[in-house]
Amino acid sequence: MFGIRPTPEGEKLLQLGVGVALFLAVVGGLLIVVDRGPDLVAWIGRKLRGGKDPVRRKPAREFWGAMAFLLPAGLLLTVGLLVPMGRTTVLSLRDRFDDEWVGLENYIWMFTQGDILIVLRNTLIWVIVAPFLVTAIGLIYAVLVDRAKFEWFAKSLIFMPMAISFVGASIIWKFVYEVRPEGSDQIGLLNQVVVWLGGTPRNWLVMRTGALNTLLLIVILVWIYVGFAMVVLSAAIKAIPMDIIEAARMDGTNAWQMFWKVTLPSIRPAVIVVVVTVSIATLKLFDIVRTMTGGNFGTSVIANEMYTQALGSAQQPGRGSALAVVLFLFVLPIALYQIRELRRRREEVR
Amino acid sequence: MTSAKPAAPAAPATKKSRPKPAPATTMAGRVRQRLSTRLATVVTIVIAVVWTIPTIGLLLSSVRPREAINRTGWWTFFSDPELTFANYQDVLVNGRLGSYFLNSLVITIPSVLFSVGFAAFAAYALSWMNFRGRDWIFIGIFALQIVPLQMALIPLLRFFNLGVTIGPITIALPWSEWGVSPATAGFTRLWFAHTCFGLALATYLIHNFMSELPKDLMEAAKVDGAGHGKIFRRIALPLVIPALASIAIFQFLWIWNDLLVALTFSGGTEQSAPITQRLSEMAGSRGGEWQRLTAGAFVSMVIPLIVFISLQRYFVRGLLAGSVKG
Repeated sequence: MFGIRPTPEGEKLLQLGVGVALFLAVVGGLLIVVDRGPDLVAWIGRKLRGGKDPVRRKPAREFWGAMAFLLPAGLLLTVGLLVPMGRTTVLSLRDRFDDEWVGLENYIWMFTQGDILIVLRNTLIWVIVAPFLVTAIGLIYAVLVDRAKFEWFAKSLIFMPMAISFVGASIIWKFVYEVRPEGSDQIGLLNQVVVWLGGTPRNWLVMRTGALNTLLLIVILVWIYVGFAMVVLSAAIKAIPMDIIEAARMDGTNAWQMFWKVTLPSIRPAVIVVVVTVSIATLKLFDIVRTMTGGNFGTSVIANEMYTQALGSAQQPGRGSALAVVLFLFVLPIALYQIRELRRRREEVR
Repeated sequence: MTSAKPAAPAAPATKKSRPKPAPATTMAGRVRQRLSTRLATVVTIVIAVVWTIPTIGLLLSSVRPREAINRTGWWTFFSDPELTFANYQDVLVNGRLGSYFLNSLVITIPSVLFSVGFAAFAAYALSWMNFRGRDWIFIGIFALQIVPLQMALIPLLRFFNLGVTIGPITIALPWSEWGVSPATAGFTRLWFAHTCFGLALATYLIHNFMSELPKDLMEAAKVDGAGHGKIFRRIALPLVIPALASIAIFQFLWIWNDLLVALTFSGGTEQSAPITQRLSEMAGSRGGEWQRLTAGAFVSMVIPLIVFISLQRYFVRGLLAGSVKG
């Protein structure tokens, strides 16, 4: 334009401007539609019916108004999620070129392949160990911090990893697990501690025995999510009515009994929220495995394997889709439970 | 993703704490209580510090000279402090990480605007308009936020690359035929994908805040003759601004920190790939170059950490309102 070539940076900022302008235009247009749309529809209706005021058409008018409000979100959710979900399910039953139906071949492949069975096993380890550790540590910390001073400061430090990306956290921990040959100075904290304790340094991330490397990857997720668990549980603990605690104290309950008989039952809903949230996050987990090991050394999980098969080097969209469907089936019971809870709550509100 | 009942969570953020246990009546009781407070304080602070050590290690390493990082542990920094910003200069200038950083911004800001904006519209209809099938649509949107993204990636990528044809009829052209530059195509794909994937959760959360608004207010406005468009603009939206801010912050961090969507849709070049993608690649291919990895990781964390420190109250509220997305 005008013979001026913008710098690459300038061009990117221009893109950003275009994106924001697009947003303003779309929202502005939408506001006009929801503002004037119903009147317009009513006006057209009136003309068509020869000037009679459409009193009885109120619900229909509300319906079309609502559709205008729901249009962008509904359209995007349909195009971006609903239709693709159906397509993925179909693809999982077809060959890698999407030419022929192959029945359950992709699923059979999954459950007969040694590597993939390890992937499934790892996913199970993750989803059992990670939510348990996160909830347990978060709960202990929430109880402790409730009686401590400098509460805000301690909480902030624990909570900080939540702001860091999984990729950033992975690099932090890759550095902790880094190894140098025996005899030379260690630069990774874990191996240095091992050496201080008189052990020999190891390359932890390749140690498959007992799925040790997978457990070390789980440590990263726990490190990130304990802050989340702690904040949610701590808020729940603070919401326990004072008189319940006072009454229990009058009865001479000690701290241990207090925790099991008063605190835990009172915050049960919050505990469930934490377990459910962390379970879903764990099942979908991709970044940590990708960045730490790329899924090598027997550490892959379904979410990572799905990427490798369908979008990465393997070029097997059928198999990748089958893995995605299996992941979905893992999440489904949790989703159904959540929906049941939601409906129950909505009934209560009425 | 969660059944945390929002609105209430506006309350106990981290700062204000409930009064500590009421004073014990006996002398022994008082002593015991003070001891338990002191013990709890020591234990919590120790754990908090241990929790922070890995991050400190990375931060210190990023300002140590290259040879020092690879020769000795970062903890020797305290006995032999040597400070340099050469790693940052190297990673930003030679590693061109600044360019990826800019990409992250270009990707994130419009995606947050679109998803939160559209979600606000949908949330209003689901909270305050009466129409058939409203409950089912709401439950459907709630369910969609739990669906793993993996279910949508392959078809969405094909939609972009191949277009859509049903039989002989072309519904959508492949994006390569729209004559846009690769960078524009990359950004647009990412905006689209992030908006789609963020919408369900955002709608659910905003609905939770909006439906808590007082009903009288809406009724009064309706009696005064205001249509839904006006009520939305003048009443509902202004009243949920704090909630929108929390949700936008969360969406921002989620998109900024994302790797999976970026790997799938960005095209992977300096033109449109975000910083997380670049770092993940560096961790794989240049695993030994700690001077670049440590500095690079910190560059990628700067914005999330600033957001976290300056907006912690909103951050915690957003978290309590609906937890995180994964």
